[in-house]
Amino acid sequence: MVPATRRQFRQPMKLRLNPMEAIGAAMVLSLLIVAIFAPWLAPYDPTRAVANTFGDPAPPSRIFLLGTDQLGRDVLSRIIYGARVSLTVGVAAMAVTMVIGVSIGLVSGFFGGAIDFALMRFTDIMLTLPALLLAMAFVAVLQPSIWSILLVIGLVSWTQIARVVRAEALTMTQRDFVIAARALGAPSSRLIARHVMPNVMPIIVVMAVLGISGTLLLDAGLSFLSLGVPPPTPSWGRMIEEATTYFRTAPWLAIFPGLAIFYAVLGFNLLGYGFLRRRPSPS
Amino acid sequence: MFAYVIRRIVFGFAVLLGTSLITFVIAFVIPADPAVAVAGAKADPATLASIRTELGLDQPLYVQYGRYVDRALHGDLGRSYIRREDVARLILSRAPATAILAATAMLLSLALGIPMGMLATAYRNRAPDNILLLISLGLVSIPVFWLGTILLIVGGLYLRWFPLGGFDSWRSLILPAITLALGSAGYYSRILQTNLADAMDQEYVRTARGKGLSMSAAMLRHAMANAMLPLITLAGLDFAGLLSGVVLTETVFNWPGLGRLAFEAVFNLDIPLVMGTVLFSAALVVIANLIVDLLYAWLDPRIRLSQRA
Repeated sequence: MVPATRRQFRQPMKLRLNPMEAIGAAMVLSLLIVAIFAPWLAPYDPTRAVANTFGDPAPPSRIFLLGTDQLGRDVLSRIIYGARVSLTVGVAAMAVTMVIGVSIGLVSGFFGGAIDFALMRFTDIMLTLPALLLAMAFVAVLQPSIWSILLVIGLVSWTQIARVVRAEALTMTQRDFVIAARALGAPSSRLIARHVMPNVMPIIVVMAVLGISGTLLLDAGLSFLSLGVPPPTPSWGRMIEEATTYFRTAPWLAIFPGLAIFYAVLGFNLLGYGFLRRRPSPS
Repeated sequence: MFAYVIRRIVFGFAVLLGTSLITFVIAFVIPADPAVAVAGAKADPATLASIRTELGLDQPLYVQYGRYVDRALHGDLGRSYIRREDVARLILSRAPATAILAATAMLLSLALGIPMGMLATAYRNRAPDNILLLISLGLVSIPVFWLGTILLIVGGLYLRWFPLGGFDSWRSLILPAITLALGSAGYYSRILQTNLADAMDQEYVRTARGKGLSMSAAMLRHAMANAMLPLITLAGLDFAGLLSGVVLTETVFNWPGLGRLAFEAVFNLDIPLVMGTVLFSAALVVIANLIVDLLYAWLDPRIRLSQRA
């Protein structure tokens, strides 16, 4: 990779998307729009009973396009509002993951030696721990809330990112432009911030986009185990969990929220793999 | 080779020790009082105090940790607070059901993923490659608990081909195994495609092709041997991971395995059982890592030789 210079940054960005990136970007963008404009797009209040169902979910109809649940709430409105929680948790959890993973990776790769050894052995240990089980235990103890879930997902998913960032930082530290800057007397903080970090940035972005699909699935899984964002906030994972009681009589309750999760995860995956195809080889 | 094996074993053991320390610390971050969990919320202070002494909770933390490690080494992971049974025995009684499920799913995902990866490489950058890429991205994007629920609705409820959960016969095995396998199949096919495409570009494969060997023969006889190595690593680690990571699938299918045991333990804040299941699955990952490393060294002479130097 060519080290980024000021000149390159000033050049106008030519954004030409490959088909995978284009489809992925469109899917992610559509989700963002749905999440932001949920109050205008949703036909009903997602937390109120809008149909007289007397405990029986109603199938999709003209009035309720995706049916209603056992409490008479509109499924479509709940899915639309669910995009808010899912995207917020998915993206914010990725941010937490990144802060932990990138810091550990950069410090480990840049300083090397005993610090590197200690941090990487710690990473090895964390890698052996089962992520979902660990997340379940943490959330159960901390009590489910949007904050505890963000934190917990971050705490269990940073290992892969730390490893990749460390490997990149390690090679960067040995490059001539870093050595030259060091010879000119630049302190470590400046070397990391101005020379190593910008060159590790592309791989960080790719890992972040791919990682969001992982945090979305983890969040949905926790919600399915009733360890997600607590009700009445509509969440896709919890909708499926609640639907399992009614899957004999009302399968639509389980089908539609699952499709929403699938759509969101696929969008981020397409975008991320599209990015990967740009790079000659993902290190 | 011998020194290498010893080094790997020592390393694995050190990782496990670290894992046990982390689980121990986590267990002590948990604000629930174990004595209350054992005796119930209405127990009087004297009973609680005697239980604390009995469980060794009045000792300093490092003494408790030392005792925990010592017991774990002797196969004693303590007693479940809620079920009042031996944790190690509980884990072993649930392990077979999960092992059968994990093994079936693993075979299924490899049987699906390997041909997909080979096919994608054979048609590199042409339509079948792109279609297979989309299929595998789709497979890894499906939430596993939703896939299980849908399979249950279609295969169990409408078609009535399979039971609606539990583990009674081989029929019960099929839907959960498919549920677990599809995602990994998509993942493996991508990994294999990447490595196989790399291998096909190597000099030795091009030499073989230049001497008139057909593409499929070059792939099967020459490129596959090298491309399979990373896949073996992943599959080995995944298999160990599967044994503990089947919580969601086991919940959907009411499967009497380790995943549900762990789930119950977390919900009841049954600390010895949580620690036991986490430690057990970490041990499996470490052992799988070790086996994969040794297999690697055995399969690839370059690793063996470089380690000796």
